[in-house]
Amino acid sequence: MRLTLQQRQIIWAYVFMSVALVFFVVIRWYPTILAFNVSFRDWNVFEGSGPWVGLENYQEIWEDAGKPRSSVTAAFSNTVRYVLFGVPTQLVLALAIALLLAQIRRLSALYRVAYFAPYVTSAVAVAFVWNWLYQPETGLINQALDVVGLPQQPFTKSPAQALPSITAVAVWQNLGFAVIIFLAGIQQIPAHYYEAARIDGANAWQLFWRITLPLLNPIIVYLTVLGTISYLRLFALVQNMSPQGTGGPLKSTTTVVLEVYREGFSSYKMGYAGALTVLLFFLILLITIIQLRFFSRRVEY
Amino acid sequence: MKRSKRFTLLGVLLISILLLAACPAPAAPAQEQAAEPASDMAAAADEVIEIEYWQYNFAARVDAMDQLIAQFEEANPNIKVIHNADIPYAEFRDKIAASVPAGVGPDVATLFYGWQSAWIDSGYLVPLPEDAFPPAMVSEEFSPMVQASFVGGTLYTLPTAVRALALFYNRDLMEAAGLDPNSPPTTLDELQDQAVACTQRDDEGDLVVQGFVADPSAQDHHWFREVLVRQFGGVPYTDDYSQVLYNDDAGLQAWNYLLSFHTELATGDRDLFDGSTNAFVGGHVCFHVDGSFRLGTIANNNPDMNFGVTELPEHNGVKSTFGSYWTHGLTKKAAADQARFDASVKFLQFITSADAGALWVDIVGELPAQLEAGSNPELLADEKLGAFAAGLEYSHATFFADESQQRQAIIDSFDMVVLTDEDPAAALQIAADADQEVLDDFWSSR
Repeated sequence: MRLTLQQRQIIWAYVFMSVALVFFVVIRWYPTILAFNVSFRDWNVFEGSGPWVGLENYQEIWEDAGKPRSSVTAAFSNTVRYVLFGVPTQLVLALAIALLLAQIRRLSALYRVAYFAPYVTSAVAVAFVWNWLYQPETGLINQALDVVGLPQQPFTKSPAQALPSITAVAVWQNLGFAVIIFLAGIQQIPAHYYEAARIDGANAWQLFWRITLPLLNPIIVYLTVLGTISYLRLFALVQNMSPQGTGGPLKSTTTVVLEVYREGFSSYKMGYAGALTVLLFFLILLITIIQLRFFSRRVEY
Repeated sequence: MKRSKRFTLLGVLLISILLLAACPAPAAPAQEQAAEPASDMAAAADEVIEIEYWQYNFAARVDAMDQLIAQFEEANPNIKVIHNADIPYAEFRDKIAASVPAGVGPDVATLFYGWQSAWIDSGYLVPLPEDAFPPAMVSEEFSPMVQASFVGGTLYTLPTAVRALALFYNRDLMEAAGLDPNSPPTTLDELQDQAVACTQRDDEGDLVVQGFVADPSAQDHHWFREVLVRQFGGVPYTDDYSQVLYNDDAGLQAWNYLLSFHTELATGDRDLFDGSTNAFVGGHVCFHVDGSFRLGTIANNNPDMNFGVTELPEHNGVKSTFGSYWTHGLTKKAAADQARFDASVKFLQFITSADAGALWVDIVGELPAQLEAGSNPELLADEKLGAFAAGLEYSHATFFADESQQRQAIIDSFDMVVLTDEDPAAALQIAADADQEVLDDFWSSR
């Protein structure tokens, strides 16, 4: 058989894509499948593969969740709170900043870099800097509060403030990415929609609500889904901003991923950690499906 | 046709190469087995056996171990020890865990004694052979705290050196507060009084100098369990460390004593200056309970600090201190090969000898685990190390089923009182319950 040019191009495309495919299979899928397998075993990392115990790990998680002051319950409820606090804040702020950035011409590149820089900074470095900013008495934020006569705040040292304080840092860090995506979306909206609306007498508020926001819907869905997933997987900031990386004080900042890490690598309960991972996987899957189903609607003009 | 076949073939080939490349490579020998030409008389007959030793990265420890290995290899030319000390402390356990499924890793590993349970439970450590390490010899010649290395009557690990807690005091801050730096607190009551006297606040009431900072996430959870509880007339656990006992009246008095520095006396706040340890090293705290390992931290970070070290204050005539140690174990990798196992045993005997302990104390500043080297009069007279060495004979090492969880139980209960106004007695009971659950988990599976 003789292949056409197009067929040959397709074959080459597959050859090149196979590089990525191998990467995904070996680095992503294989460990994922392994995690499912591990979650049904009493697997201790030193022993290699442990005995099959069926749903015992899940049952243990369920029992632990029923205990007072349970880490598992704290981890899941905190994780949901990170999403609920973080994602909307991030979207609203990013949209506002993107709208402002779309207006300016001078130094616009500089502003974009400034907003994007935290996103490419290591979470550990970010956590260290913010730990210093949040310090009681000596931290910059508390000194500023002192100057304007407001009472000092404990931030990450208090069970009530620690989670919002860490969420704020996560928002600050992820903001740049959302801003850039929003900016791209805003710039794609054809200018003549606005011109036509202005001729019809629409004010700025109407332009935003009736044109900008609806046309940004796909972007909003995209950022919501990505943002939600990233908050559901929050780890590095909590590990580096809570006391001794324990998700404290009093489990107030711990997340599911942090518990997975602690169970797996400090208590060596890999099966239990694997089961937690699987639960998180399904939580992410469920939330993502719901979001895609309910938030994405086509907007045509 | 020919051309397209060639392309398809090329594609398939490329994919298979990629797949092959992604497969784990067989473990390459870490070092070439080159027999030393100088010692040809022994090496000619005997094959050189290579064993691997791992510890976490800490400059003084690496240096000391390098010297020990050099001595050992000189005495045993047919054994070569590969020293892996590139792993940062925070990643040490992860790396060990990851090395096992990969089929690599140490034959002899250094671990914190509090991790023993988890490592033994998982089958990673093998018992030390009794002919090389007779239990009677260990009981006789090693510091009593080393008993914590016997699990269910079987010896699993042995240390080169041990540490104990003592009271650090900042002489300059004491003097500034009108206290005599030559008579630091010797009793718990004196510690309270002097801590209050030493505490300084600015006009706004912010702490400038902290007398004493109660901080269970540093060493104070050990101080509470093994020292304060005993001094108030209790015992922290049953002798086999299977039952929590500190939730009684004596325990509550000890608990309230620890809390008093934070609550009624307000001599310090552990959130300032990044925790009590950093605060002391930075020169903001008068009195601080810590281990001999802190001497090195101070020498590195604040060498000009004018400080002293004395034995932990006593109470009701009871002296106690918490002992702990980094200990060496043999892994199942070593046990898999008789020749390597024998070499590893030899190496372990060497690094746990009294001579090794004496070398260790000079370089690392940890006390020799062997009583013979530890009771050396020169060491006892040492201005800084003497207080720790004196504590060795009355030290207790907690046997931990899971050190991090048992520590967390104390930290969380302390937080409950300090951050959420929980009743101290109720909080102590919660700590005891959490601690007991960890112990039950461990002992029920045995």
